[in-house]
Amino acid sequence: MDVLNNFFLIALPYVALAVFLIGSIYRYTYKGFQFSSLSSQFLEGRKLFYGSVPFHWGVLFIFTGHLVAFLIPRGILAWNSQPLRLMILEISAFIFGISMLVGLINLLIRRYTTPRLRFVTNKMDFVIYMLLILQTITGLWIAYNFRWGSSWFSTLLVPYLHSIFKLQPDISAVSLLPWTVKLHIIGAFTIIGIVPFSRLIHFLVPPIDYIWRPYQQVRWYWGRRKVRSPRTPWSLHRPKNN
Amino acid sequence: MDVRSQIAMVFHLDKCIGCHTCSIACKNIWTDRKGAEYMWWNNVETKPGTGYPTKWEDQEIYRGGWEKKNGKVSLKGAGKRRGLTNIFYNPNLPIIDDYYEPFTYKYLDLIESPEGDDQPTARPVSLITGKPIDIKMGPNWDDDLSGTPDFARNDPNMKNISPEEQEVMFQLEKMAFFYLPRICNHCLNPACVASCPSGAIYKRGEDGVVLINQEVCRAWRMCVTACPYKKSYYNWYTGKSEKCILCYPRIEAGLAPACMHSCVGRIRYLGVLLYDADKIESAVHGDDKDLINNQLDLILDPFDKEVIRAAKMNGVADSTIHAAQFSPVYKFVKEWGLALPLHPEFRTLPMLFYVPPLLPVMATVKKVDNKDQQDKMDPIAKKWDDNWLYDTSTKELWGTLDEIRFPLKYIASLFSAGDEEIVKDKWKKLLAVRIHRRRVTVGDVSDEKADATLADAGLTAAVADAIYALTSLPKFEERFVIPAAHREQAIEMMDFTGDAKGEAGFGIKGKVKRGI
Ligand code: HEM
Ligand code: SF4
Ligand code: SF4
Repeated sequence: MDVLNNFFLIALPYVALAVFLIGSIYRYTYKGFQFSSLSSQFLEGRKLFYGSVPFHWGVLFIFTGHLVAFLIPRGILAWNSQPLRLMILEISAFIFGISMLVGLINLLIRRYTTPRLRFVTNKMDFVIYMLLILQTITGLWIAYNFRWGSSWFSTLLVPYLHSIFKLQPDISAVSLLPWTVKLHIIGAFTIIGIVPFSRLIHFLVPPIDYIWRPYQQVRWYWGRRKVRSPRTPWSLHRPKNN
Repeated sequence: MDVRSQIAMVFHLDKCIGCHTCSIACKNIWTDRKGAEYMWWNNVETKPGTGYPTKWEDQEIYRGGWEKKNGKVSLKGAGKRRGLTNIFYNPNLPIIDDYYEPFTYKYLDLIESPEGDDQPTARPVSLITGKPIDIKMGPNWDDDLSGTPDFARNDPNMKNISPEEQEVMFQLEKMAFFYLPRICNHCLNPACVASCPSGAIYKRGEDGVVLINQEVCRAWRMCVTACPYKKSYYNWYTGKSEKCILCYPRIEAGLAPACMHSCVGRIRYLGVLLYDADKIESAVHGDDKDLINNQLDLILDPFDKEVIRAAKMNGVADSTIHAAQFSPVYKFVKEWGLALPLHPEFRTLPMLFYVPPLLPVMATVKKVDNKDQQDKMDPIAKKWDDNWLYDTSTKELWGTLDEIRFPLKYIASLFSAGDEEIVKDKWKKLLAVRIHRRRVTVGDVSDEKADATLADAGLTAAVADAIYALTSLPKFEERFVIPAAHREQAIEMMDFTGDAKGEAGFGIKGKVKRGI
């Protein structure tokens, strides 16, 4: 049992995080052409709505929730100190979780019942559907059966995650949790590890800078004023590309 | 004054013969790849017609371009708010069926089928699924089919034309059509650039070519919606958007783009325009009726000392300024005022201008009594009991202009945001040049009349001759005045982009594979 716990709760997270970091940076730097959400809306533009929209809004809420709890666990506990607020958080999280699951199932059905989509589908797509569905179902299961997740996540799991990042893994508390929770942890790290090898890579490049960027973009191959200035001869001015 | 240079174009529509050579030249070089089969960066449409993709001009369907509301100009179907909230599902994205499902034929079946009782056939198969399909649509499905109910009558430009007028337009004897070759306009206020959330699309400072960086595009697919001309295409296989690159590897070397080089009708002109980038903002914000004038105001006189000085300050190369002075585009657009942008009301400030076609104007149908003529004919000759005749005479000075076969409204809806006077002005000039040349070459037009025509159109005989020469007799070097890029200043420009052809096609220098 100890061996298994050590493997899944210590070794796997480290391997996954290392693969995620190195793989993503490598793919971003050297494989720009493969960095894409690989949208399939152009081949099927109706059913996608019922999959992509509920799934993405769901996953964004849930993901942000986990992240906030990870970063400021005390904030969550303070929020949860009033039962009403706790209920609001738990119920909305559950609804977003359901929305994610519904979206995923719709996406899965869409992808395998639309003939055209077969030609832009690969095995990895199937793997991530399965992993995400498993992850969502265990998440919902845990939320329903072990209440209230948002509170004990902050007190039990966040210290474990912090210990991983502090390079002093401490699994004494986590190893006592029910197997469904462990499965959820394992699923999470597997998904993280698989990011550089799948289309999930697209969530690392959300176009946030679009919000403050000017609409129009003009790029110059060389500094156009500098190039004319007698004080900066071309030989000194290094050409710059976009 | 912020002077920049732009490679701009003029297409002379009277000269287009609708041969599609341009489209094929482009396809062979750039888009004969998986996922790009359906793309026609250059396409030629029959007008009136629905075009490619079907009804692309109808922004109520496609929601492309900019729109002005309460004095503010914003993207109609994309932009920061809409683009980011619709990123998971873009409700305004055209899908492949709006273009057509690309297909090929099983040619091998013709030679490899075993002997049998029937002639083997080459069945059409989809280039997406590889399965046999019934072809229902193609990029030129409406070629030469003006007047047909499915195509011409569904032309979005018919919106403002009354049913009676349309009936007249589509009578068999009266029917007229012309060709509209289209490529990306390499706009000054490109909607595609503005809509791209990841910032992959940019306008090159040196020559104004608009490009999509294939390594940065993330398939958020907003540019496809935003371009009102539907000239940004989504490659369904690679998961990247692509568009016309104005053959920039050729332009950089001083060569004409492939579509222009191969143009059989020699309708295409390409050259440099100097423009004032400071004025773009205000030009875009003008009222519909001022848009064309605002756009022309941006274009600067390349001989003006002040302009040249400011251009040099900005690092515009001497060779570029020189090219601007000999630019055929400057002549057509600014000096002679003959060319107009397509759909200026989309507010992207397109840098491709069209000389509107005179063809629907010139020949009018006159009611005549053909009896004498018929009686003279041999008894066994087939007689047509019709009573009309094409009249190409110009007895009344501008008579034909008012009796044209197309409602003027139609052409105006294409080229001047509905302003008929602007189109009329161009037509007057074109007609005046013809009348003047008829005096010179045929001699059956009196000097009085020819001079009056010229004066009325605001031309002189010398200008008319120059227009005639550049329209009818231009040499290759007169049609294309292209300054080569100064590669000595920009090492990156030297990389040979043809290396990766067949992989990504352009704009990328290594081998590429689809993402996973
Ligand atoms: C950060 C913000 C995100 C953005 C802007 C985004 C955007 C997109 C877009 C544009 C697509 C293509 C949809 C189409 O076919 O047109 C897509 C697909 C997909 N995304 Fe995201 N995404 C984000 C986050 C995520 C996250 C966090 C996950 C999961 C962990 C995820 C999982 C997926 C999956 C599985 C698909 C494939 C859907 C399918 O075609 O079956 N995305 N995403
Ligand atoms: S025509 Fe369309 S794709 Fe080309 S620059 Fe203008 S907006 Fe962009
Ligand atoms: S090659 Fe020239 S003449 Fe032929 S269709 Fe194209 S633009 Fe028209």
